[in-house]
Amino acid sequence: MELDLAIVGAGPAGLGAAIEAAGLGLSVVVLDEQPAPGGQVHRAIEVRKAAGRLDGEDDRDGAALVAAFRASGAVHWPSVQVWRMDPPAGGAGFRLVATQDGASQVIAAKRVLLAVGALERPAPFPGWTLPGVLTVGAAQILLKSGGNLPAAPLVIAGQGPLPLLFASQLAKAGMVLDLILDTAPAEAWRRALPHLPGALRGWQQLARGLRLMLALRRSPARRVARVREIEALGEHRLEAVRYRTKAGWAQVPATILLVHEGVIPNVQPAMSLGVEHVWDDGQACWRPKLGVDGETSVPGLFIAGDAAGIGGWRVAAIDGRLAGLRAAETLGVSIDAARRSRLRLERRPHAALRPFLDALGRPREELLAPADATVVCRCEMVTAGTVRAAVQAGATGPNEVKIRTRCGMGPCQGRLCGPSLTMLVAEARGVSPAEAGHLRIRPPLKPVTLGDMAGIPLEDRSG
Amino acid sequence: MFRKPPDAPAGVTVFVAGQPVRMAAGESAAAAVLLADLGFSRSHPVDGGARLPYCMMGVCFECLMVIDGAPGRQGCLVPVREGMRIEPMAGLPDLAGAPP
Repeated sequence: MELDLAIVGAGPAGLGAAIEAAGLGLSVVVLDEQPAPGGQVHRAIEVRKAAGRLDGEDDRDGAALVAAFRASGAVHWPSVQVWRMDPPAGGAGFRLVATQDGASQVIAAKRVLLAVGALERPAPFPGWTLPGVLTVGAAQILLKSGGNLPAAPLVIAGQGPLPLLFASQLAKAGMVLDLILDTAPAEAWRRALPHLPGALRGWQQLARGLRLMLALRRSPARRVARVREIEALGEHRLEAVRYRTKAGWAQVPATILLVHEGVIPNVQPAMSLGVEHVWDDGQACWRPKLGVDGETSVPGLFIAGDAAGIGGWRVAAIDGRLAGLRAAETLGVSIDAARRSRLRLERRPHAALRPFLDALGRPREELLAPADATVVCRCEMVTAGTVRAAVQAGATGPNEVKIRTRCGMGPCQGRLCGPSLTMLVAEARGVSPAEAGHLRIRPPLKPVTLGDMAGIPLEDRSG
Repeated sequence: MFRKPPDAPAGVTVFVAGQPVRMAAGESAAAAVLLADLGFSRSHPVDGGARLPYCMMGVCFECLMVIDGAPGRQGCLVPVREGMRIEPMAGLPDLAGAPP
């Protein structure tokens, strides 16, 4: 049976789209890697709601979104890996291959929405593969889903809203962190200030950010600003963190180092479907080229939420709704124009802060062009120097570097080294990142076993 | 590496390298390894060094481990179940002995 709409990802964008599309009578399935709906931002929200552990407006609104999705009639398929997607061909629609607990299935759909969210910007630095070095997002997941707290001494290095938010959540749990290394470059505020008047339209969010910053300054945690470089030191696990400011290098003991340098769109699935992408110079990342309400260069394929460009969860939920409406419209369903305008209006204050945050959040140059000895590919342990040498030896793009060095050939399939590859090739060739290009993404999107492939029902096989 | 405060919910028991770890329903196998303080969840196939989970959201594949005898599982995407057995993985997964 061919579904009207298959949605990949059960975060705010996927849920918003499912609610709208199912409400218009479309047959909708939502495929998600996680065991429960909500995405990373509203992780374990149903469990936390049942336990009376919702905290603040974001949590409450997120729980309401998940509840509306549960009541929408859309089919939820959790804990599933979508590892192959094919665009329409020969009169048939999209085909998605998904595996759950070793059982594979092909899903046919007329329209597809990718709501696959964001990932924390890969931040290569010496020692980032040591046990005890995690991302701030990882530690927040551990806190949200199980109340788990990191061991002391704890150092947080990075920039952007997430470290602030996480520090406040730790404080609520009664934990004081030992050191915050603020890696925002000196020019960040100067760059961001012109966008402040526009950001005032999103004053509620702005005020919340300021409150978090003030709370952090009042807390006993030591804070060092304008950190240019960090290093994780240790034999078999993290033992110390070194950092460099204008004053030179300093060192502190640490058991856990949490890093965060902002978030970037998850482009892997869209690239595998041949969607045209553009290099976002301000944010130093790839993002899909989009038309109205999430339409991509591939007819029938939509992208919404942070996967389309970072906007935060409230923007994602609204854009998901708009993409759901648009997908239905392209299937011949008539759409209430007033509803659409209302959603667009509602979106505005939530999006107002974005140019300000974007200008503030562009990472420091040291991060985008790591030193030669720094590992950029964690899977194959390839250094920035090896990538540069491959370009000197004649490789012109990320795909040639990959063949020569194995950079991007491991199980993560270039998710963590892809952005570095683009930047390093651009730097070594003296061209723009857009011209340097990106890794070609091919299925399987996740490592699968021959058993997973053989598990596809016979009647669904082709090629 | 991580600790569970006394008042945190913990209704599931799993075994990390034989050691019991109390977890909340919905937590992942990767979280269990961090709570057990095992020191590593795999040895890296290229440099042999110790690794622990890094991103916890399915991106980095640093948390590949052996779960209930199946090697190469992405621990951060596998929810814990009562009695689950979690072991670190040495080098590349040995798929020869893997259960289906």
